[in-house]
Amino acid sequence: MSTSNKPVKTAARPGRTLVVLALVMLALLATVLITGATAVRLGLDLRGGTSVTLQPRIAPGENGKVTTEAIDQAVSIIRQRVNSLGVAESEVAAQGSGTNRQIIISIPGDTGRRVVELVGQTAELRFRQVLASGPGTASVAPTDPAATPAAAVTPELNAQFAALDCTKPENLQGTGSDNADGAIVACDRNGGAKYILDKAEVLGRQVSKATAGIDQQGGNAWYVSLVFNDEGTKAFGDITGRVTSLPSPQNQVAIVLDGLVVSAPRINEAIPSGNAQITGSFTQVEAQDLANVLKYGALPLAFDRGEVQQVSPTLGADQLNAGLLAGFLGLALVLLYSMLYYRGLGVVSVGSLLVAGGLVYLLFLLLGKWIGFTLTLAGIAGAIVAIGITADSFIVYFERIRDEVREGRSLRSAVETGWVRARRTIIVADFVSIIAAVLLYFFAVGGVRGFAFTLGLTTLVDLLVVFAFTKPLTTYLARLNFYSSGHALSGVSPKSLGALSHATKEA
Amino acid sequence: MSKFSGLGGRLHSGETSIDFIGKRRRWYALSGLLIIASIAALSLQGLHLGIEFKGGASYTVTKAGSTVEQANTALTSAGITSEVIIQKVGNDKVRIQTGSLATDKSNALQDALASSFGVSVDSIDTQIIGPSWGKEITRKALYGLIGFIIVVMLYLAMAFEPKMAIAAIVAVIHDVFITVGIYALVGFDVTPATVIGFLTILGYSLYDTVVVFDKVRENTRSVTATSKMTYSQAANLAVNQTLVRSANTSIMALLPVGSILFVGAGLLGAGTLKDLSLALFIGLATGAYSSIFIATPLLAVMREREPAMQALAKRVNARGGSPVLATTGTTLSDGGNEKRGPRNQPKRKGRK
Repeated sequence: MSTSNKPVKTAARPGRTLVVLALVMLALLATVLITGATAVRLGLDLRGGTSVTLQPRIAPGENGKVTTEAIDQAVSIIRQRVNSLGVAESEVAAQGSGTNRQIIISIPGDTGRRVVELVGQTAELRFRQVLASGPGTASVAPTDPAATPAAAVTPELNAQFAALDCTKPENLQGTGSDNADGAIVACDRNGGAKYILDKAEVLGRQVSKATAGIDQQGGNAWYVSLVFNDEGTKAFGDITGRVTSLPSPQNQVAIVLDGLVVSAPRINEAIPSGNAQITGSFTQVEAQDLANVLKYGALPLAFDRGEVQQVSPTLGADQLNAGLLAGFLGLALVLLYSMLYYRGLGVVSVGSLLVAGGLVYLLFLLLGKWIGFTLTLAGIAGAIVAIGITADSFIVYFERIRDEVREGRSLRSAVETGWVRARRTIIVADFVSIIAAVLLYFFAVGGVRGFAFTLGLTTLVDLLVVFAFTKPLTTYLARLNFYSSGHALSGVSPKSLGALSHATKEA
Repeated sequence: MSKFSGLGGRLHSGETSIDFIGKRRRWYALSGLLIIASIAALSLQGLHLGIEFKGGASYTVTKAGSTVEQANTALTSAGITSEVIIQKVGNDKVRIQTGSLATDKSNALQDALASSFGVSVDSIDTQIIGPSWGKEITRKALYGLIGFIIVVMLYLAMAFEPKMAIAAIVAVIHDVFITVGIYALVGFDVTPATVIGFLTILGYSLYDTVVVFDKVRENTRSVTATSKMTYSQAANLAVNQTLVRSANTSIMALLPVGSILFVGAGLLGAGTLKDLSLALFIGLATGAYSSIFIATPLLAVMREREPAMQALAKRVNARGGSPVLATTGTTLSDGGNEKRGPRNQPKRKGRK
C-alpha cells in the first residue's frame, strides 16, 4: 500500500513488456482471423430491426406468484413462436434474474408488426380429446375416414385437417387464441403429426402439480405424474371414463399448449382419483420437459409489452454513422489536446490510445463470436466516453512525472518514482469505474446495458494498456536524449515546469 | 501552454496557492443555493419524463418534404387526439408522440401515417412503451443507485479511510442533486439513457475525487509528525497540486462527451446519444467542481475535529504558521483572494 520513494525495478526491461503486449495483440488478431470473426456484430438499432421487451405477469383472473419455471416455459413458448417466423438471426433471451426476468426478442429486418402481435398473447394449456390423427404432411384425406366420428367433425374441419402441413414453420407458430369451446386442428409441436381435437375439457389451471419421476421397478423408465385440483379431478375423470373404451386414436387425450400438441397419451383406464401418470419411452429430458409444460398450465402468464422498438435500416445506418463520427471527433480532440498540452509526452498518449482502440476493436470482434456481444448505439457511446477515462490515466501519470521533475529529479528517475505513485491512483480510480459499470450492467434495462458493458470492457483495457504499454514506452522514451535533456517541446522540460533546481539528482 | 505549465509548477511548490478549504463557506453557500434551487425546480416544475417512463408511443417518419399537417391528417383519420405531440426533426423527419395506445390503435395509426406520408409501414421508426415499463426502470435505477453508493463507500473506506468515503459520497450526492435540478429547471427530457448517464456520473465524479484524495492522503500522512502544517493546510496544498491534473482530466473527459453531444443533438436530434451525453456533460462539470470545492473541504473539516488534528493545529499555530509554504512572491497578477497563503487562512479548529 505504501508509496515509497525507493527506486523501482519495473524499469528493468521495458522492451520485454512491449514485446509481450505485441504478442498478445497478434494472438488476438490471429484468433480473429482463424475464427472468421471479421465484422463487429451490430445491434438492431444500428442495422434496422424490431426488438420487443416483454414483462411476464400473471394472466388476468389468475392468482398466484410468477415462478421461475413458468418464465422458463414462457421463454420457450415465445421462442417457438418467433422461430416460426423463419427470420435468420432472430433471438429470444431472458434478461435479469429469478422471477423478475424480462424476455427480449430481437428480430432483424422489417417484420415489426407481425412480431409484436405474435409474441404478446397469453399461452394456455388445455386437455382435448383426439378425434383423428395423421402424419404431419398435407394429405387428401385423414388416414382412416372410418375412424372419424361424423358427429363432432364438420366437413370444413376435415378439409382443414387434410390441408394442414405441419412441416411448414408457420404452422408451428402456436397461438394463444385456439378456440377452447370448439373442435380444432392442431400440429404436434415437432411437426411430426397432426390432429383433429375436440373442445377443451380440462384446463391447465386445473392441474395442481406435475413432476417427472423414475420408475425404480419397471426398468428405470421415466414418467410424469400429474395431480389435479377438485374441478380438474372431476373433469379429468369424466373425459378419461368416456374415451378409454373408444378405438384408437379417439382414446387419446392431447395436452395442448399454445395451440400445439405437446403430448397425446392413450388413456388406459378411467382416472377418477385426480392422480394420473403418463408413461412412455421418455428420456429424462423429455419427462422433465413435459412436467414443466404441465406446471406452466397451472399459471399461464400474460406478457406485458414493456417496450417495442422498430428501427428502419435507414435510421440504423444514420445512427451508426453518427456514432462513428462522434467517436472519431472525440478521439481527434483528445489527441489534439494531449499533443498541445503534453508536447513530447503526447506521443505516448497518442500511441496508448491507438493501442487501446485496437485492443477494444479486437475484443469486440471476438466477444461477438464467443458470447454474442452486439454493438449498439449506447455501446458506441460507452466506448467514446471511455476514451476520456483512458486518457485520464495518462494524465495522472504524466502529471506525476512532472511533479517529480519539479522536485528536481532527473527524468529517468521521475518516470519510475512517478509511476509508483500514479499506479495506485490509477488502479483505485479505474476500479471505481469498473464497479460503476458492473452495477450499471445489472441494473440497466434493455439497450443501455450495452453502454455499461463497453464502459467496463474499455476500463479493463485501459488498465492493461497503462501497465503494459504506456509505462514501458515512457521508460523507453526517457532514455532518449530529446526527453532526458529537457527539450522545450518534450513536455518534461524542467525549465518550463518550474523545477526547484535544475541540478539533476539521481535517485 | 508553457505559462500554464509554469502555473502548475507554482501550484505544486505552494508558491501560488488558492485557498479552497479556508473559503469553504463560500462554496458551501454556492452549492447550498444550487441545491435549494434544484429542489425548488424539482418540486415546482418536476422532471420532464420521456415516454419510456409514462408509457406511450413515438413514430418517426423519414421523408423529404414531410409536414406536420400530414401527421395531423393521419392522427385525425386514426381517431387519436389525446396527448399528441408532433415535432419536425431536421429537414426530413416528423416525430409523432402519443399516449399509451392499444395494439390495434397503434397499428391503425401506423397505417394512417404510411398512407398520409406515402411511405411503407416498415420504414416508420416506432417505439411503443407499455404503461408499467416506467416503474420497472425506475425501480432498477434506484436499486442501482443505492447498490452503487454502498459498494463504493465500502471500497473507498477500505482503500482510503472512512471519512474520505463519506466526503466522496456527499460530493457525489451533491452532483446528482444539481444535475437533476438542472434537468428540472431547463426541462430536458428524462429517458432511460439519461438515467444511465446519471449513474455513470457517479462513477466519474468519484474518479475525480479519488485522484484528489490520493494526493491529500500522501500530503497528510506525516503531517502530525512534522508539525509544519495543519491538516487543512496540507489538504489545501494537495488540491492545489492536483489542480492542473483535475482541470486536464475534466477537459479530456468532456471532449469526447462533448463530441457525442454535438453529433447526437446536431445530426440525430433526440435519442440515446443526446440524452446520454447531455447528462454526462452536465454531471462531469459538476463532478469536477465538487471534488475540489466540496469533497476536500468537507474531508478537512471532518478530520480537523479529531483531537490529534486539533492538537496539531495548536502546535502549528504556536510556531506561527507554515514555513514550508512560501507566501511571498505570489505571482498571480490579479491579486486579492489568490494571494492568500495558508498563513492567512482563518483558524477553524473546533468549528463545524
